[in-house]
Amino acid sequence: MSTLLEVRGISKRFGGLQAVDRLSLTVDEGEIIGLIGPNGAGKSTVFNLINGVYPPESGRIVFAGTDITGKPPHLVARQGIARAHQIVQPLGGLTVLDNCTVGACFGREDLPLGEAREVAREMVGMIGLGDRLDLPAGSLTTAGKKRLELARALSARPRLLLLDEVLAGLNPTETEQMIDIVRKIRAGGIAILMIEHIMRAIMSLSDRIVVLNLGAKLAEGTPQQVAENPDVIAAYLGDSSLMAAAEIS
Amino acid sequence: MSEILLQVENLEAGYDDVQVLWGISLKVARGAMTTLLGANGAGKTTSLRAITGSIHPRGGRVVFAGEDVTTLPPHAKVARGLVLVPEGRQLFSDMTVEENLEMGAYSNRARKRFREQLDRVYTLFPRLEERRRQKAGTFSGGEQQMLAIARGLMSVPEILIIDELSLGLAPVIVQQLVGTLKALKTAGVTILLVEQNVHLALALSDYAYVIADGRPFIEGPCSEVAAKPEIRQAYLGL
Repeated sequence: MSTLLEVRGISKRFGGLQAVDRLSLTVDEGEIIGLIGPNGAGKSTVFNLINGVYPPESGRIVFAGTDITGKPPHLVARQGIARAHQIVQPLGGLTVLDNCTVGACFGREDLPLGEAREVAREMVGMIGLGDRLDLPAGSLTTAGKKRLELARALSARPRLLLLDEVLAGLNPTETEQMIDIVRKIRAGGIAILMIEHIMRAIMSLSDRIVVLNLGAKLAEGTPQQVAENPDVIAAYLGDSSLMAAAEIS
Repeated sequence: MSEILLQVENLEAGYDDVQVLWGISLKVARGAMTTLLGANGAGKTTSLRAITGSIHPRGGRVVFAGEDVTTLPPHAKVARGLVLVPEGRQLFSDMTVEENLEMGAYSNRARKRFREQLDRVYTLFPRLEERRRQKAGTFSGGEQQMLAIARGLMSVPEILIIDELSLGLAPVIVQQLVGTLKALKTAGVTILLVEQNVHLALALSDYAYVIADGRPFIEGPCSEVAAKPEIRQAYLGL
């Protein structure tokens, strides 16, 4: 399969904190890659670097053969990368359909309004909000807003979708539904790079997992390989030398 | 098993329309150190908030020293000796060490025993006495954690609930705090510990509850839980 996204040695520092440290990763066409790591590992910063919220201080980001390093978010979106944010911020006074229409207007294609609305309508239906097209986005439940965020991102007709904790705050039934939706999106030919705290879900969805710790890549492999990696276990369960400290004192 | 001091039954809680806890149950025996473990987002802090009353449980019960305290506000729980040392310390940084300790002794019960508790705390943490007039905000992370525990002790706790003991602290500092917890336990203080370092929590405590996705996952004496492969599963999903 051909490489869609190639991240080569990107770094970002905030004051004294090396948030992302020479990170490299690739996403192939049609793949689901899970990006995991303990709190503060730098996962969301990686997303911010890829979609241009800030430029990396070193390294390159190549998407579908084009160097997009340092391009601002609206131009990255035009290249075909869409992002569903962890903290959803719909335009509360606009309808569900209009929110997604905005997404379609500023997505991969420069669609005229009528066409944008048709794309948006299709995505809203696909995501299961078809019966709430004309409701104000602000009236949706958390689960509804999460779906809307995904529909808005999909309305940009991306080739790569960045999913930042789309399962957070969903109940078990909604989680299962969202997992099915993610599978459906991939089946439609869109590659996915996802951050998720619900480990059962990300382990079952991902083809490969990249583990971040302190901004750097700690491990990479199939979910099984990663779950059995001693370095990964140590990163999640803590430094075992502290156990000795407990016994000495 | 000795007397159950704190019993949590089928606790359900969350924020707005997001439910986080889906039936958490645990028992804390008097005089024991019990640990509550789970991955990021599993619901540990939410459990503590629901137990201490800073959020209202939507279902289930919290029984403390034989009394149903589920719907009591936090200050009423503190007055009964159910005391939280919150994550990130939450000290009054512009107040001195001793003023922070006074704030810990806010309840009537604790106020009456202020002098006695202060002596006890200063014996336990001589460094706090040396710096009693220093502002809390000028302390290092380890000293702040020490002060937060000391402030908790000033409330004359029956149970001290500690949310993240070692987070962000250097191993040598953690070792000192561990010594403190052991001393408290010997002195008969019941402890419920939430701790990100699983090895440390299991080595320190008597009994462990591991939760995942807001639900009970496994529980048992720490030595047994430490040997179970499910502990990895709770954190890594596989």
